[in-house]
Amino acid sequence: MKLYTNKFYYGDYGESKHGAADISSPQTNKQEWPLWEIFIRSRQGLDHKHVGSLHAVDAAMAIENARDVYTRRMEGISIWAVESKHIHASNPDDAANLYEPSNDKVYRHPTFYNLPDAIKHM
Amino acid sequence: MNSMFWEELFQQKIDNEIKIEPKDRMPEKYRQTLIRQISQHAHSEIVGMLPEGNWITRAPSLKRKAILLAKVQDEAGHGLYLYSAAETLGISRDEMYNQLHTGKAKYSSIFNYPTLTWADMGAIGWLVDGAAIMNQVPLCRTSYGPYARAMVRICKEESFHQRQGFEILLTLSKGTEAQKAMCQDAIDRWWWPSIMMFGPTDDASPNTEQSMRWKIKRFSNDELRQKFINMIAEQVKILGMTLPDPDLKWNEERKQYDFGKINWEEFWNVLAGNGPCNKQRLHARIKAWEDGAWVRDAALAYSEKKQTHKAA
Ligand SMILES: [Fe+2]
Ligand SMILES: [Fe+2]
Repeated sequence: MKLYTNKFYYGDYGESKHGAADISSPQTNKQEWPLWEIFIRSRQGLDHKHVGSLHAVDAAMAIENARDVYTRRMEGISIWAVESKHIHASNPDDAANLYEPSNDKVYRHPTFYNLPDAIKHM
Repeated sequence: MNSMFWEELFQQKIDNEIKIEPKDRMPEKYRQTLIRQISQHAHSEIVGMLPEGNWITRAPSLKRKAILLAKVQDEAGHGLYLYSAAETLGISRDEMYNQLHTGKAKYSSIFNYPTLTWADMGAIGWLVDGAAIMNQVPLCRTSYGPYARAMVRICKEESFHQRQGFEILLTLSKGTEAQKAMCQDAIDRWWWPSIMMFGPTDDASPNTEQSMRWKIKRFSNDELRQKFINMIAEQVKILGMTLPDPDLKWNEERKQYDFGKINWEEFWNVLAGNGPCNKQRLHARIKAWEDGAWVRDAALAYSEKKQTHKAA
């Protein structure tokens, strides 16, 4: 009865002590396979775009798996795989300092310049 | 920054439909809720392959076999997209598997029902994938970026799943008397479990509206269930079949279908591990995991060896 007081949403079935614990001997890997970030070029002429990640022991396996996981419907013609530990990201907390100053440099935008309408193609 | 302040900012971002990304600061409860929901969603995709995989070798034609293979492979993909989204929140893949295998994490209870005939492949595609789509489409706009992006990819692939299922039933519905009976029987068995997929009723859950406020979820279980029932009650007519609910009828006033009482006791029972196939499903998962251990270790050892070779 206690269960009824929880609110579950789709894809959310709560957590529970009862389950199949009695039939399993929880076993983990000695070591998880490394994580790779996958980038896909969908068409010639476009940039590679991040699509997600997967686990693989090396680059060749990462690309093979990426093909099966991320390009089953002609989503791409070229794959990059980068081991996740090699990705260095900016800190979102710094976003304000890093990107804000551009706002007051309005002269970087073409609309800053008031020119006579007579000028075409500029 | 004081904590009240940043949590307000966080909510403001959500209210303004700004997505939350992995490295953004987020309330611990938000992170935990997402980990639980996304990983359980991933487990459902993975366990969901079992009842269907069961029929690949017995599909009635090469065409149906190829279609079913493609669908099951898609479900594996969906599981991987979602595991990958959950990992951005700081939980490892191994930990998620462990939670599944020990019964700590749940998966959708629909997959604890058996698939007895070929018509079940039709009913699953039409009803189970259909209910999943109803739930998943709004999740494409969920507030956590990686989850939303995974859902967009998933939704693109799901529509073929529902259509192929309906087509299986449509074919059976035009077949022999025995095929028609098989079709009706599958609908009868899958109808109630599939409308339970939307989860408990809204009033049986007085607790937190937090998921709505965080825009992890955008519609209530009952809203989605009603939409699904309205849709299916019409589609079933095209099959010339019926839904196993004597109380199902159009309510002119509400402009919705009324429907009978759902057996929630059954729902909680199956969720608690007492459904017809709970043990079998989990056994299959654990066996696959344990039987694959030597492959995982060997692949890792091989790549290490190659690396030391290169270094030398
Ligand atoms: Fe799926
Ligand atoms: Fe599906």
